[in-house]
Amino acid sequence: MRVLGEGVDVVVVGGGIVGAACAEALTRRGVRVLLAERGPLAGQTTARGDGRLLISDKPPGPGLTLAMASLRRWPLLLAALREELGPARAACEYERKGGLAVAVRAEEAAALRELAAAQRSAGADARELTPDEAIGREPHLTPAVRAAVHYPEDARLQPVLAATALLAAVRARGGEIRTGVHVLSVLTGADGWVVGVQTPDGPLPCGAVVNAGGPRAGTLAEAAGASLPVLPRYGTVLVTAPLPPGTVRHTVHGTVAGGPPVVVGAAPGGQVLISSGRRRAGADEALRADDLRALARCTAALFPVLAGVPVLRAYGGFHPGTPDGLPVIGEDPRHPGLWHAAGHAGAGVALAAATGELLGQLFTGEPPLVDPEPFRVARPGLGLAEEENRCP
Amino acid sequence: MTAPPRVVVVGAGPAGARAALAAARGGIRVVLVDGEPRVGGQYHRHPLAEPGSRRLHPLERSVVAQPRIEHLSRATVWALEAGPRPGSHLVHLQQGSADAAGRTQRTLVADALVLCTGAYDRVLPFPGWELPGVVTAGAARALAVGQRTAVGRRVVVSGTGPFLLPAAVSLLTAGSRVAGVYEAGKPSRWLRNLPAALRDGGPALLAELASYAGALARHRVPCRSRRAVVAAHGDGRVEAVTVARLDARWGVVPGSERVIAPVDALCVGYGFLPQLELPLAAGCLVRDGRVVVDARQATSAPGVYAAGEVTGVAGPVAAAAEGELAGLAAAADLSRACVPAREAAAAARVRAGRRFAAALEETYPIREGWRSRLTEDTLVCRCEEVTYGQLRDAVTDRGADAMRTIKLTCRVGLGACQGRICGRNAADLVAGLLGRPPADTLATDRRPLAHPVRLGDLASGPDGPPATC
Repeated sequence: MRVLGEGVDVVVVGGGIVGAACAEALTRRGVRVLLAERGPLAGQTTARGDGRLLISDKPPGPGLTLAMASLRRWPLLLAALREELGPARAACEYERKGGLAVAVRAEEAAALRELAAAQRSAGADARELTPDEAIGREPHLTPAVRAAVHYPEDARLQPVLAATALLAAVRARGGEIRTGVHVLSVLTGADGWVVGVQTPDGPLPCGAVVNAGGPRAGTLAEAAGASLPVLPRYGTVLVTAPLPPGTVRHTVHGTVAGGPPVVVGAAPGGQVLISSGRRRAGADEALRADDLRALARCTAALFPVLAGVPVLRAYGGFHPGTPDGLPVIGEDPRHPGLWHAAGHAGAGVALAAATGELLGQLFTGEPPLVDPEPFRVARPGLGLAEEENRCP
Repeated sequence: MTAPPRVVVVGAGPAGARAALAAARGGIRVVLVDGEPRVGGQYHRHPLAEPGSRRLHPLERSVVAQPRIEHLSRATVWALEAGPRPGSHLVHLQQGSADAAGRTQRTLVADALVLCTGAYDRVLPFPGWELPGVVTAGAARALAVGQRTAVGRRVVVSGTGPFLLPAAVSLLTAGSRVAGVYEAGKPSRWLRNLPAALRDGGPALLAELASYAGALARHRVPCRSRRAVVAAHGDGRVEAVTVARLDARWGVVPGSERVIAPVDALCVGYGFLPQLELPLAAGCLVRDGRVVVDARQATSAPGVYAAGEVTGVAGPVAAAAEGELAGLAAAADLSRACVPAREAAAAARVRAGRRFAAALEETYPIREGWRSRLTEDTLVCRCEEVTYGQLRDAVTDRGADAMRTIKLTCRVGLGACQGRICGRNAADLVAGLLGRPPADTLATDRRPLAHPVRLGDLASGPDGPPATC
């Protein structure tokens, strides 16, 4: 780390949940941060997800390790924010409600049991349930359920509230947050090190840049001459009218009748959020009626009781994806002083707590909470490995 | 393309019905989609809803007699998507009673789309506006005219705009006593330019307004301008209201407050807000809360036309003219069979209507002083019970600076009405708090799901475009 005479130590580019978590982790370590967001704070991908913190959907590997670390990190981080900001400004509807993965068809049931066994050997709390036990936990679940796994650690929060709470802490520590700032490129000195970022209103001097640009992280990396294969993916969410408490108790995910995977769970107000997997996306996307219908079909099959419930709204949004489905966290060896925290493949909210912490630890040279190797820019999996799309 | 081209008209009020007729007479197949059982929209509610009568209103009769129009009643469009050809759209709709599950799902391919979705009443919040008995002027009139039911026995009417007068008269007709009509604006300015008002509004409209004023005078209803209801009071229901004199910015003149009691209903109307979700879903440019159209009612989106109050509020005559022009233009663009003389005649009436709309807007502006009546506990969003204090905290404490994130931070506009009642007010309040309009003022008007759909009905729908298009 180099500290300049003027300017800040780090410019974090991106005011979504990942940028906010990085800025929080850095300012907690005494790093002087300026967060630059092109649009409104927490207004893009962060405002278009479902806020699920899940390990249930992660196959064993570095993705699961990071998710487990993040799910354990979130409550600690939120407790610290409550201490620092007071309960009202730190509130973000965090609720450890547990997850339930279910399968209806025989071959999917076998695959689910196999996945749970592998997750258990990787240290995850994944408890197999009989169909009766599953219906005992989730009374409105379809009686056709054949296999179910309970994940007590799965949780939920409201992403915009979480991001604004993290940013409130950044502000409280003297960090600066600027919106409407479009970072065009990264400026380097004669020695090749980062000296600032360029904006339409002139340069912002800094010693390092954290690229937390979400679906646009690839664009900034490209402008800095260090291309990053982060591509936008599209996800869709349906929100129902409020239902009586307990109608849907867990975050339930499953696949029915060969349809797409669907994740169903209730918000504190009783509304049920139904979200899809992410699909490849073009530059301009709109909601597709067929996607909404497919989501509705899967949900009505999983929870027949929901068939009569009105869907009040629907939204879609871009989520960043990488070729190997893992985020990129760490300094770019091609470009000293340029750090990435990007490519979270639709799980940015779940992974933000560990991502910010890992980035902060790597930045200040502390021992990391997880092995950073699988997330580094120079890993073989970026741009080479087969594509995975496992995150809902 | 084998099938002949088809226009889908959404909304069967004066604008939509005229658009459908004009396009059908031009030889085009038309599907006219509307949520109500019968043609006519809000304006023609009166002649259509005669109890026990199946007599058709002339507009309705023309629609029924036109073989090229398929009228889908009790049908709502819940989504629009780009269609298979440039300028075409997929129109996803459901038909049937809104109270029951099992509404029929249908998807139409529209080679051209005419959006005549109208406008709904605007209500500005004030302490007590959430009390039962406080209703919109439009709802009170619909109840009085459509069902001959009065919203209350002793009623106060408050707000701004010429619509307050027919609303008050409809209450008298339904048997209410009207304790006062309080107009926040100062409409006398407009009448100073009587020739222009006559030219653009037409003598019939002025005669209509004069007849309302006469009826109110005969019943000795006090009508005051530069005054408004600034608070409603009551235990579980409105029992009294506070009326105050307003300054030029609509701030309360100190000491002018006066309580009117007893009352059992309050009708509020601060003009109208265009229903923008379908135009926004179709990608139409919207400016100052209205769909932008050219001299032929074409929007900025290819294949999409708009007419009536979505383009600006000027009353049914202007809406009908816009509808006819839009229908002619859509038919001409699809069949290349233009009728220049009729287009020109309709266009002239449309221009007069636009001048009238501009005069109305200049006469009855919303002044920012309404914001100063809100207290910490005044509800801004009734569905989610969000107070002004909570909205302000979202902006000042949380740093949320866009409507989308403000919604998600304090839940304003996330309830049953999806921001139709509170969205514009919240955006105005946020503009006051930020010192600038939020970047996404239209976020509360954007509803990709334009109408609630039951999950089971959504699941039953057909995938993809229909085979015969």
